[in-house]
Amino acid sequence: MMVAYQGANAVSNKIEINSLDLFYGKFQALKTVGMSMRENMITALIGPSGCGKSTLLRCLNRMNDLIPGVQVKGNVRLDGADIYDSSIEVAELRKRVGMVFQRPNPFPLTVFANVVYGLKVAGIRNSSRLKEIAEQSLRAAWLWDLLKDKLDHPALDLPLDQQQRLCIARLLAVQPEVILMDEPCSALDPIATMKVEELMMELKKKYTIVIVTHNMQQAARVSDFTGYMLLGEMIEFGVTNDVFTKPTKKLTEDYITGKYG
Amino acid sequence: MRIRPRYTQWLAVTILGGATILTLAVLVFIIVFVLEKGLPVVNFGFLFTNAEDMGRAGGIFTTLIGTIVLPLLAIIVAAPLGISTAVYLTEYTVETRATKIIRFGTDCLAGIPSIIFGLFGFIFFVTTLGLGWSILSGGLTLAVMILPTIIRTTEEAVKAVPKSYRQVSFSLGATRWQTVKRVILPNALPGILTGIMLGIGRSIGETAAVIFTAGSSLRMPSSVFDSTRTMAVHFYILAREGISSENAYGTAATLIIAVLAINLTAYWMMGRFIAKRS
Repeated sequence: MMVAYQGANAVSNKIEINSLDLFYGKFQALKTVGMSMRENMITALIGPSGCGKSTLLRCLNRMNDLIPGVQVKGNVRLDGADIYDSSIEVAELRKRVGMVFQRPNPFPLTVFANVVYGLKVAGIRNSSRLKEIAEQSLRAAWLWDLLKDKLDHPALDLPLDQQQRLCIARLLAVQPEVILMDEPCSALDPIATMKVEELMMELKKKYTIVIVTHNMQQAARVSDFTGYMLLGEMIEFGVTNDVFTKPTKKLTEDYITGKYG
Repeated sequence: MRIRPRYTQWLAVTILGGATILTLAVLVFIIVFVLEKGLPVVNFGFLFTNAEDMGRAGGIFTTLIGTIVLPLLAIIVAAPLGISTAVYLTEYTVETRATKIIRFGTDCLAGIPSIIFGLFGFIFFVTTLGLGWSILSGGLTLAVMILPTIIRTTEEAVKAVPKSYRQVSFSLGATRWQTVKRVILPNALPGILTGIMLGIGRSIGETAAVIFTAGSSLRMPSSVFDSTRTMAVHFYILAREGISSENAYGTAATLIIAVLAINLTAYWMMGRFIAKRS
């Protein structure tokens, strides 16, 4: 089912998904999903557990490739180019489309080593260049003032919300264009969640953000567009305010009013 | 009839604690027994002079050298092979029937009595390849023997590295090899070192696989093509032929101290490594 947002073509779409099917072995996890993500906007994916929203998110940087037995049909276009095309270098794609995970997952290394991991992988050796980007990235994640004297501290000693923002800084260091967030606040307390949400509002000025969340208030607070998914299908997709105040589908209404899910 | 939880609790502590104490007691008894009989013989001269009259007199210097060289050669050959195999099996292949068969095979190899490896080494390295009784034959045989242990412990260590580290690494644009090199191996290193230590321990104490392949020459070897005798083999020959029980126990005591020293060094190295990374 294709649910197009009216007028979506007026502004530039960073990502376009067309009739995407995904199978885990014989199980179909995504059913002809179609939607688009606009540049410098936050798009939220909501729906009950197992509806396929995380799977859909992981299609956008091909993290599903790591799971054996996954088959993908249809196409996902990033700036118009199909990311499932055989000419696409997956490692390069993932530098453009970065990901923040559900649980803060810094490496058991120092703060600095975490931030520059992606740069070192990309072959940047120059230490003043590394320091410069590390500072920029930590600043962008609002961590520089907190951590500038703790760069050689173990990242795992930081409080959880700083760890999660460190993961965001680590991602910003590789200068992605799109940031995928897979329930980035589910391990955080409300105050830390608020900080990350504020950070997202700041980040969308430079990046296109797609967030999967269980928390409908969060989707309502931060996102510009919302897609509601159920059993692998995109039930409704549109401007967040519309989806939450005047959903066109009964299923969506049931979910956002708490009758289901 | 139901026994009161208070008593079952008491019983459990007694049995579990008793088992621990018994195990420790046996271990301490063996070590004390060997050291008590052996240490009086061990001194600088014993360690650093060559054996005379088949080991009836003199020291154990050449066997000390043999004991260092053989496991060293074995580990130099087996560690890179074993670690590479384990990383390939865990990181580069999906679980199929073929990998299961390989894994089953390594498990079987790990359980084979060492004398079988000795016979294999004798037939293959000593005779077929014509290497003769030599450090090379002995070291290669030991390498084959400890390979399964190193593969399996490395596999477990690699599997124990959290999946999230791999995901993050890939999501930041790293290739699989970069992920292995920068994330997986460093985090698996303590486990891998444990496997290597187990391998060294096994090859230091080995007699059956060594006596058939490295021989039992007491002369100082001048190349890897010369025969040599390890401390374990020396002890075996001294005790079995009734040559000198004092020197046999002296050798055993030295062997125990050597193994202890190696293990302590390994723990120290691991501790330093972990402290450095965090």
